[in-house]
Amino acid sequence: MGFLDRFLKAPSWGVHPEDHKRPAADAPLRLFPSPERVFMPLSQHVGGAARPIVLVGQKVLKGQLIAEAQGNISAPIHAPVSGTISAVGEVTAPHPSGLPFKAITIESDGQDRWIETDPLADPFAATPEEVARRSALAGVVGLGGATFPSAVKFALGKRLKVGTLIVNGGECEPYLSSDDRIMRDFPEQVVDGARIVMHAIGASEALVGIEDNKPEAIAAMRKAAEPYPEVKIRPVPARYPMGSDKQLIQTLTGKEVPSDARAAEVGVLVHNVSTCAAVHKAIRLGHPLVERIVTLNGGAIATPGNVYAPLGTMISDLLAFVGLKEAPSRLILGGPMMGTPLLHDRIPIVKGASGILAFDAAEAFVPEAGPCIRCGNCTKACPMGLLPLEMAARIRVGDLEGAEAYALQDCISCGCCAYVCPSHIPLVQYFSHAKGELTNAERTKLRTDATKRLAEAKTARIERENREKAEAAARRKAEREAAKAAAAPAATPVAEQTQGASA
Amino acid sequence: MSQAYGIAVAAPHTTTTNSPTRIMTLVMLALAPATLYGFWLYGWPAFFLWAITIGAAMLGEAFCLRLLNRRAVPVLMDGSAILTGWLLAVSLPPWAPWWIGVFGGMFATTLGKQAFGGLGQNLFNPAMVARVALLISFPVQMTAWVAPVPMFSAGAPGLVDGLLVVLKGVPHAYDAVTSATMLGFAKTELSRGVNLLDSLQHAPALSFIGSRPGSLGETAAWLILAGGVAMMFMRIISWHIPLAMLAGIALPAAILHAVDPARYLEMGAHVLSGGAMLGAFFIATDYVTSPNSPRGQLIFGFGCGVLTYVIRTWAGYPEGVAFAVLLMNSMTPIIDTYFKPRIYGRDRKGNPLQTTN
Repeated sequence: MGFLDRFLKAPSWGVHPEDHKRPAADAPLRLFPSPERVFMPLSQHVGGAARPIVLVGQKVLKGQLIAEAQGNISAPIHAPVSGTISAVGEVTAPHPSGLPFKAITIESDGQDRWIETDPLADPFAATPEEVARRSALAGVVGLGGATFPSAVKFALGKRLKVGTLIVNGGECEPYLSSDDRIMRDFPEQVVDGARIVMHAIGASEALVGIEDNKPEAIAAMRKAAEPYPEVKIRPVPARYPMGSDKQLIQTLTGKEVPSDARAAEVGVLVHNVSTCAAVHKAIRLGHPLVERIVTLNGGAIATPGNVYAPLGTMISDLLAFVGLKEAPSRLILGGPMMGTPLLHDRIPIVKGASGILAFDAAEAFVPEAGPCIRCGNCTKACPMGLLPLEMAARIRVGDLEGAEAYALQDCISCGCCAYVCPSHIPLVQYFSHAKGELTNAERTKLRTDATKRLAEAKTARIERENREKAEAAARRKAEREAAKAAAAPAATPVAEQTQGASA
Repeated sequence: MSQAYGIAVAAPHTTTTNSPTRIMTLVMLALAPATLYGFWLYGWPAFFLWAITIGAAMLGEAFCLRLLNRRAVPVLMDGSAILTGWLLAVSLPPWAPWWIGVFGGMFATTLGKQAFGGLGQNLFNPAMVARVALLISFPVQMTAWVAPVPMFSAGAPGLVDGLLVVLKGVPHAYDAVTSATMLGFAKTELSRGVNLLDSLQHAPALSFIGSRPGSLGETAAWLILAGGVAMMFMRIISWHIPLAMLAGIALPAAILHAVDPARYLEMGAHVLSGGAMLGAFFIATDYVTSPNSPRGQLIFGFGCGVLTYVIRTWAGYPEGVAFAVLLMNSMTPIIDTYFKPRIYGRDRKGNPLQTTN
């Protein structure tokens, strides 16, 4: 059976990186003591940056609104600790390569006093719009990493009559276990949050996809979901990138999201387990999103595990809390497959920060890239069915349009191709570069077109104005002449006519 | 207390332990049993020819790298030149003279590979380019087959004699061992007007075990098959090309043999003769020169098989694997262009799927 399975039944995409999730995932959740100072960036979500509504010196309570949403797609920011606003504006990272970011700095008073909350006793009696409104006010965004404002997705799901909510507990990124931990420690919150989201979008069922390398989470979630038959726990094979929306939808429902459409258009909506828990807190407790579970993992960390910390906590504070065995050789925000390398640790954690990885020298080792041997491992691994080797070959010679013809824009940057490449070619970098260049070219083209249009409009306007001026002048002149002619004695009509003609 | 953490490198931050060197090494390991069996079957001359060919292939590669002012050792360490030499060696007549190995090995890596830009750039399989060049240039030496004289058996050349066979040519004492292959014999007899039903009674035996005249490492079908299956298990190759190629040989052979057994050899004779097995598992499956998508690989493999059959049956040469593989190599870019995998969320033509909701 195993023999046949290997050839016939295995999913045709994805990779199996070593997951490194344990022992960090098994370590009990630790509560981070209130930090002395937090830095809340104004842009921790997709969409418009929030607008500060507090002044320096103002006292704030935990959970108090400090920056409001701005625009259709945006999210508000709340104080993660109680204390005093000490700065509003650019926080310059104390490192030459660190970019400044707009943030609100709060000095904690160490008391963690919550603002008066306004919980909703029975969310299922409230209208879906009310649930969405409260989620929006609580600043809930997608916590799986995309940080898309959740309420916007609720409205979309409601409008497109989504029948199935998919709760993403895949957590396919190696090293990370914050979703695992939330499912193990707070399964009731996740299930309740999922049911509230179902209500908000009008879905009739929720499928909770959990990779089968998390048996404890599956058991805890099964128990919590027992009273609710509409919430179905569905273990899925552990295979990266199972936690990617499109791949999880395909695995759980068999549906494929068309390349030019959103998931909601095939009747499904995906929300992360941590997002569901945040919705639960926002609705049932009235707590805005000000804290989250962060995985601290990697060879350089002394006691790897998950930490429940206020947003805005400096990564250096978190690293000090879990202890470092050695100076990290690489620091990563997020997972090893898609995470962002950080050049220094004076960066606060934000809503989308599921993990901080501190790699030791062995983990951070980057093998030298070699020539492509066309082994095709990248095409077998690509969950989107693309041909990374063909795209890379074209990008290398600057043929970006050629790469685009191979559906470069469908690439989800999951990193499977670069991971399996025996020659260690940084394929994702090739693709990110090309996508950026193509976007720039598109933008430049739009700008040139707009300039051209404006220039043409200006020429046309000047011509029209000149014409109108000339016409008006001629009209005035004619009027004057007519008046003159009427006023003049009838004896001189011939001379008058001659003058008019020569003018 | 800021701390800098090296350079910004793109994700992913973790990578496979696989490498071209590992892949080449595993292919060589898979090829080793058939090769060792070849040494045993054809004795010391085969071993020396093998060593000379690999040495020449490496020398050719090193020479080109020196011309490019690149350090040769790291590139030679990737194993691709060794594998090219090895594949060429096992496709040569086992008692071929030393200069066949030298010329072939150098030709393979210089004109067959480095001239195109090195590893991954060549359009044609370097080993087969060299084999065809040798066959066209030196048809006599390239079709001088020996019947198996297992190492250490009576009449087999010893270590020194074996070296002399390779260096100075086959002495008269061994003339008795020269022989014809099944395919060559059948072709000659047919051209003399003797039909197969009569001629095959005197034909050289077929052998699954490998005990027949043929190239150094191509006769032991069972060991080649075992190596191929091992490579499939290690996920180095997929089943598509080997199966399609063998089917491409077997299907026309079965049909035409059923139609006219006096004119067309049977299926078993085709599959177990010449380089069919070696070609299907080790030559046609070369990454660089074969298509990438499973459908493309099926077409490529089937094309290799059918062309092999066509050349064997109707063209001037008794064996056609090398020609067939080269012809299909030239088709690889076209196959790759027209047979891409279906993209998620798109139909086969690349248009977005229609929403069903």
